[in-house]
Amino acid sequence: MQILSFLLKKLTYLVILLFVVALITFLLVSLSPIDPIRAYIGADMLQVSPEQKEQIEIYWGLKESKPEQFISWITSLLKADFGTSLIYRAPVSEVIADKFFASLLLMGIAWILSLVGGIVLGSIAGMRQNGLLDRIIQLYSYVLVSTPGFWFGLLLLMIFAVGLGIFPIGLASPIGMLEGNVSFLDRLYHVILPALTLSILGTANIALHTREKLIEILKSPFILQAKAQGLKGFSLYKRHAFRHTILPAISLHFASFGELFGGAILAEQVFSYPGLGQAVVDAGLGGDVPLLLGIVIISAGFVFVGNFLADVLYKIIDPRFRKGLMKL
Amino acid sequence: MKKWIPIKLIVPILLILVLYIVAIIIEQKELAIDLNQKNTAPSLTHLFGTDWLGRDMLIRTWQGLSVSLTIGIVTAFCSTIIALLMAVVAGANKKFDRIVRWMIDLFLSLPHLVTLLLITFTLGGGVKGLMIGLIVTHWTSLARVLRVEVFQLNNSEFIQASRQFGKNYIWIVWHHFLPHLYPQIIIGAILIFPHAILHEAAVTFLGFGLSTDQPAIGIILSESMSYLSAGYWWLAFFPGLFLLSITLTFQYMGKQVHRVMERNDRYDSGVNN
Repeated sequence: MQILSFLLKKLTYLVILLFVVALITFLLVSLSPIDPIRAYIGADMLQVSPEQKEQIEIYWGLKESKPEQFISWITSLLKADFGTSLIYRAPVSEVIADKFFASLLLMGIAWILSLVGGIVLGSIAGMRQNGLLDRIIQLYSYVLVSTPGFWFGLLLLMIFAVGLGIFPIGLASPIGMLEGNVSFLDRLYHVILPALTLSILGTANIALHTREKLIEILKSPFILQAKAQGLKGFSLYKRHAFRHTILPAISLHFASFGELFGGAILAEQVFSYPGLGQAVVDAGLGGDVPLLLGIVIISAGFVFVGNFLADVLYKIIDPRFRKGLMKL
Repeated sequence: MKKWIPIKLIVPILLILVLYIVAIIIEQKELAIDLNQKNTAPSLTHLFGTDWLGRDMLIRTWQGLSVSLTIGIVTAFCSTIIALLMAVVAGANKKFDRIVRWMIDLFLSLPHLVTLLLITFTLGGGVKGLMIGLIVTHWTSLARVLRVEVFQLNNSEFIQASRQFGKNYIWIVWHHFLPHLYPQIIIGAILIFPHAILHEAAVTFLGFGLSTDQPAIGIILSESMSYLSAGYWWLAFFPGLFLLSITLTFQYMGKQVHRVMERNDRYDSGVNN
């Protein structure tokens, strides 16, 4: 029952959140000075007569009042109809579904890389607190946190793709190959450099967090007892500290889906990787309002899922919550 | 708190000041276009190399820096004010607190960069759009910290006593909250700075921010993309490194200010230094 009400609460929250996000983006776009017809037609604007312009306005419903426009937009959103993308000339939902897979692969690999890397680095640093290794790892993490991710991507591109020629310069599949012939290995090969770029920021954050957490745990009484019983080094870490550090780290990592998405936009741009991030940039630069709004709403859902999983991990997987020792 | 300001704090402040002043001085200088010198690798005459028009990259980067620093300072200042206002409003009563919490959650519910792109898109890009976008998206984390502080202060005895004496909320904010909050405010403002300039560079890099004729590190980096496969590594390497050293300096400055201001935290200062 408790879990059910928890889920219900979260679901209500999601619905309200998506509604508010939709409302605000709608307001922003409708208040903006951008003329949707000019954005749609672009340079050919001079060839469109005022009568034609008026017809397009009626066809698009631009003559209706703003609340009417919003209601009709929201009702079509509820039917999963995001409208038609202007630059891809296809339904927005199809464009998003298509790009989402590529982005998911990229973000998934980067996510796992930074989680594993961060926990390993953070654990080493925490166990060797104030040692040489700890200082090096801390310095490394602090520098990476301040590094512009896309610049790091450019460096990787210069070193590994241009200089050494080990990895491809961009795109998600070999040039000139048909969609059906692209194997998973091809995709993996193309995703490595962008994923590496994307993972560095997360790695540094997780490493710093794990280190803090581990140091805190190492001060607790049960560690003192374990030490008194002769445990030390790796076995102490494995038996008593590991499980305590890993859960908050994973939770934090889930909660940072927003940064992951933002990083993906930049990484995709650097590597010309055709994912959601590139689509949102193209949509913004090309004045493709339906696609832009669609991606904004999808990204809000994505961040919500991350936060939700972070919550669930804490509340359901942690045995102390599960057994009712702590309140849900 | 020690009376003198430690050298570790003076160095980064001086460094930033000197960089900024030099940047302002050279900002107006027209860069000589020298087509005989185009795309030359770094050398003693051109430390950062030259670009496709033979312009010196060091000076271009430095000019870009002045724009970045100005944007960073304005953003840090305005975002801090918004954060403070939000925290103070949240402290007034429970209903306001809920509204403020909702606002924070709402801003965190979208990826930061997506919010920025959306705002700069609707405002039509340019310095103005970029600046507004940066200001309205950077206040959240500091507002969270300050909200908790205000909440704790609100429940402390001396505030309750002050209220019993009939002081109104504004008076309490001015005379009790601000003196307590100011270390957090200053550190928060300093730490907003590197975020703001990294985001500025990123948004500009994506083509949403500053226009291409303005000197900006984001523009330089996105321009360099076309020359990467030709092997002109210096076009991207040095400007990015410059940006990185600025953000690092600010991180360091924030840390030092933290140490100076919170001397009474000496309890675990051995861990964090």
